[in-house]
Amino acid sequence: MSEVAKTGPARRGWLKASLAGLGGLLVAGCDSVTSNRSVQKIIESAEGLTRRSQRLLLTPGQLAPEFRESDLSPTFKANGTVDPQDADYRAHVASGFANWRLRVDGLVEHPMSLTLDELKARTSRTQITRHDCVEGWSCIGKWKGAPLGALIRDAKLKPEAKYIVFHCMDSMGGEDSRYYESIALADVFHAQTILAYEMNDAPLTVPHGAPVRLRVERYLGYKQAKYIERIEAVASLKDLHGGRGGYWPDRGYEWYGGI
Amino acid sequence: MPVTHAEYTLRRLPNSDNLAPLNTQRDKARMTATNDAIGTPAASHEPVPDRIYRHSGLTRATHWVNAISLYVLLLSGLNIFMAEPALFLGQYADFNHPALHIFAAHTSDGRFVGITEIFGQQIETTGLIGVSNNAMGHPVSRAWPSWLTLPSYRDLGTARHWHFFFAWLLVLNGAAYLAWNTYVRHIQKDLWPTKADLRQIPQSIIDHIKLKHPTGAEAIRYNVLQKLAYLAVILVLVPGMVLTGLTMSPGMDAAFPILPWVFGGRQTARTIHFIFAWSLVAFFVVHMVEMVLAGPVNELTSIITGWYRVPKAHDDATGQGSGAKGNVQ
Repeated sequence: MSEVAKTGPARRGWLKASLAGLGGLLVAGCDSVTSNRSVQKIIESAEGLTRRSQRLLLTPGQLAPEFRESDLSPTFKANGTVDPQDADYRAHVASGFANWRLRVDGLVEHPMSLTLDELKARTSRTQITRHDCVEGWSCIGKWKGAPLGALIRDAKLKPEAKYIVFHCMDSMGGEDSRYYESIALADVFHAQTILAYEMNDAPLTVPHGAPVRLRVERYLGYKQAKYIERIEAVASLKDLHGGRGGYWPDRGYEWYGGI
Repeated sequence: MPVTHAEYTLRRLPNSDNLAPLNTQRDKARMTATNDAIGTPAASHEPVPDRIYRHSGLTRATHWVNAISLYVLLLSGLNIFMAEPALFLGQYADFNHPALHIFAAHTSDGRFVGITEIFGQQIETTGLIGVSNNAMGHPVSRAWPSWLTLPSYRDLGTARHWHFFFAWLLVLNGAAYLAWNTYVRHIQKDLWPTKADLRQIPQSIIDHIKLKHPTGAEAIRYNVLQKLAYLAVILVLVPGMVLTGLTMSPGMDAAFPILPWVFGGRQTARTIHFIFAWSLVAFFVVHMVEMVLAGPVNELTSIITGWYRVPKAHDDATGQGSGAKGNVQ
């Protein structure tokens, strides 16, 4: 122990100096490392591993946990766009969505155009689920809507269709900044994937995506596209906007939003 | 015939001209050959080796991968936290009743302050938490200072990519460590406390407070507090981080509904994730202090090369049987 005591301070000084140097290097170097494109490619490769692992663990029929009425959040936070200013959307709000149509097109045999009443006339599903925001918070809400799978079956997918894209009416800021999202076919035909038009037993409000939003449970909040006006079946996501399948995925978030 | 670790260890043992103890040593060395050779404390009448092969190659490699992973996970995790700088209990976030909330505010006398609120109790943490200076030296509203986050600027998307990449690394690395060290019985033999160890907890606490370090035969094995600290990290804190992390994934909660049930909801899981993260930071601080106190060069050498120089026993302090503090790696 005496040996340690004798040499300790000198070694401590050396250690402190090297730790401080290393720390400085790390802080200074971190941002240049995180913004390096080839490093990003390696780091982002983990998303594929996550997606494949979760697809392996999640059987297609497995449901997200559902809750009771008593579990509902007292306030359900509205996030992202909460009041779109786009002229066409304002007009729809003014007319109570009387002229709004949900278009279903792309790689389908029977393109469709539905009024809100036609959508509501379809078989519905009601579910109380937890909404998990990528930011970290959760809210529990009750949703009623038309199952997407049945709608897509009616439209009949062409064999080359691989994804369903949701085109929204809210601009996030600037030209060509309308929100969009996409999901794989496995999730399209999941029992809890619905086009919701009611939330907590009332028509969907503007902050929550009126007239129709997607509920694709088992995924984070940014996958739950609001203000939907068009559903498109595609073979690839490459040709849409930034090519990564969604407004936020185009801006660095994972397309696979299950984690 | 290839030279094994055991034989290599043997050649470096003192008094190797004495045949009887040599055989004992050889047997002991053989028993721990595939192991981190610190398991059996030498009986007092046996010679204490100058150096021992303390950490297996796998333990050393996984130690450093673990260290780097936890460092990146902490910094990227703190960046992720800034997107919602509050913690809640339960399934959903009750925004009016956070367990913890970090925010910036303007006081009536015009100051820009950082506030940390824990169960309604507000503490001013300006400069570090809530409000800290940006690269230009201007105070900005952010939960953690830029030097504590990766990237240094707020970027949830990038931080998540880094967090999940290193989470995978941590899991694969940790699984390799646990599987191998259970198989070779390193965890059972060297880390799991014996009944005698547990009886020495009070004495060990006193020894730690007095900064008393063991020497000779006692320094070959870990002391009981050290064992418990390592077990807490490898069996509770790191696995707990992984499980509470997975509970935050909506996909995993659908695959394993037991996850949010066990942790009392996704928001509670997130709170535990946060507490465990800082518990690991606390472990790291103690780990570094002990390393420096026990002799940083010897300690660092042992976790890089595997070879640990056994501190010599003093005439006046035998270091035997007191359950004195071991050397922390």
